Amino acid sequence: MSDNGKPKFAMYWASSCGGCEIAVLNISEKILDVDAAFDVAFWPVAMDAKYKDVEAMPDKSITLTLFNGGIRNEENAYLAKLLRQKSVFLVAFGSCSSEGCIPGLANFSSGKDLFDTVYDTISTDNPEGIRPQYNWTTPEGLDIHIPVFSPTVRTLDQIVDVDYIMPGCPPESHQIAAVVELVIKALNGEAELPPKGSVIGAGGSTVCDDCPRERNIKKITKFVRIHQVENIDPDLCLLEQGILCNGPATRNGCGALCPQVNAACIGCYGPAADVADYGARMITALASVIDSRDPEEIESILDGIPDPGGSFYRFNLAHSLLHAAKSAWVGD
Amino acid sequence: MTEQFEPIIIGFTCNWCSYRAADLAGTARLKYPPNIRLIRMMCSGRMDPTFILKALSEGADGILLTGCHPGECHYLEQNYKALRRYLMLRRTLPQFGIEAKRVKLVWASAAEGVRLAREITTFVEEIRALGPLNWKDSRAYNNGYGVAEVEVSTEVPA
Repeated sequence: MSDNGKPKFAMYWASSCGGCEIAVLNISEKILDVDAAFDVAFWPVAMDAKYKDVEAMPDKSITLTLFNGGIRNEENAYLAKLLRQKSVFLVAFGSCSSEGCIPGLANFSSGKDLFDTVYDTISTDNPEGIRPQYNWTTPEGLDIHIPVFSPTVRTLDQIVDVDYIMPGCPPESHQIAAVVELVIKALNGEAELPPKGSVIGAGGSTVCDDCPRERNIKKITKFVRIHQVENIDPDLCLLEQGILCNGPATRNGCGALCPQVNAACIGCYGPAADVADYGARMITALASVIDSRDPEEIESILDGIPDPGGSFYRFNLAHSLLHAAKSAWVGD
Repeated sequence: MTEQFEPIIIGFTCNWCSYRAADLAGTARLKYPPNIRLIRMMCSGRMDPTFILKALSEGADGILLTGCHPGECHYLEQNYKALRRYLMLRRTLPQFGIEAKRVKLVWASAAEGVRLAREITTFVEEIRALGPLNWKDSRAYNNGYGVAEVEVSTEVPA
């Protein structure tokens, strides 16, 4: 790569869906600023590059690396370590790399269950029960190795040191644009970067604070699924209507988009500031508003939340205090 | 002789009732197993589920929550909040493969030293029967798994 004096930029996807890359492209004409300010050193989704090219770069030669995706296998972990070594600023970009996100829900299941779901279901045509082998030698004598699958999905900061965290599934494009602008200004000496470890591109409060719906004293006597409500009051807090909304535990920054279109917050922006365990915060929030003192009645109200683990940890399981179900570790 | 499993149990007690019940049990020289480590809070309503999850993830085998009897909370109705959190937690923990029985809620007034000592003894036996949780060890195993040390060449291309 020719040296044009520009700082280098990298973006990598580990265990993710690709939505984060689309969110970056969605910053529209600001992407030209990125191109003007940075030399793209490594971005597999946008341009061809080989891992050996990155391996050959001097340490700390990439100024900014946006790392999206969780750490699902050996290859993801290797790239996390490699990019940490080569980057000045490593950003855990998006929900997967900062908290595990939807792929992290696999931590509720054992590796065996996951493989059974993929290779051995009633609709799978696999009569010989073939499973992937990590190491195999072809008849021609070629040794093939595929990355070893880890017992659980881990977040980037569980593998390497992370400089900044940018939450969201995916991060909102206007937030990405603001962060890009700030980094460019900081490189020109016109602004200062926030302290290491900061959450960037998000607010410091909760989704409820950004939500325009009317809020009263909550007294919940029944939880309902959103399709069970005939007429959703468009102006009243969803939680007050018995719809499980994760707004009280979730960091703001998205602009409360979901509640504004009658969809409950599912928590993609991760835990609010100073929340150690997202699910615990949801349990605390709901316990305060369930209107019953009778254990049996409380149980029947809680029947309205059929999957508490999935509802309270939808995006945060890999970064929760318990991290995974026991079966994920012991293997059955 | 094989060594008997000694569970580690964290007991969250309320300043106004169960902590004093434990105190009373001590003054009366009642015996209960030393497996429980009591932590005093101002109220069972202070019990954030985070504390329980943190204790379980860092080596506790069981958690005993104690608070004032319903209707007798020093702060009016915070013990009902503790009850609701506890019931919700009991539904969540099994999804993690943690037996709901590892967390127990007991009401004990300041006068019920005998009862609290008996409840602690019963709970320790229940947890002993369940066996160790070993969350910390599982985690350590996981951390070393599938992450080979990276040998990165730092050679600069010509």
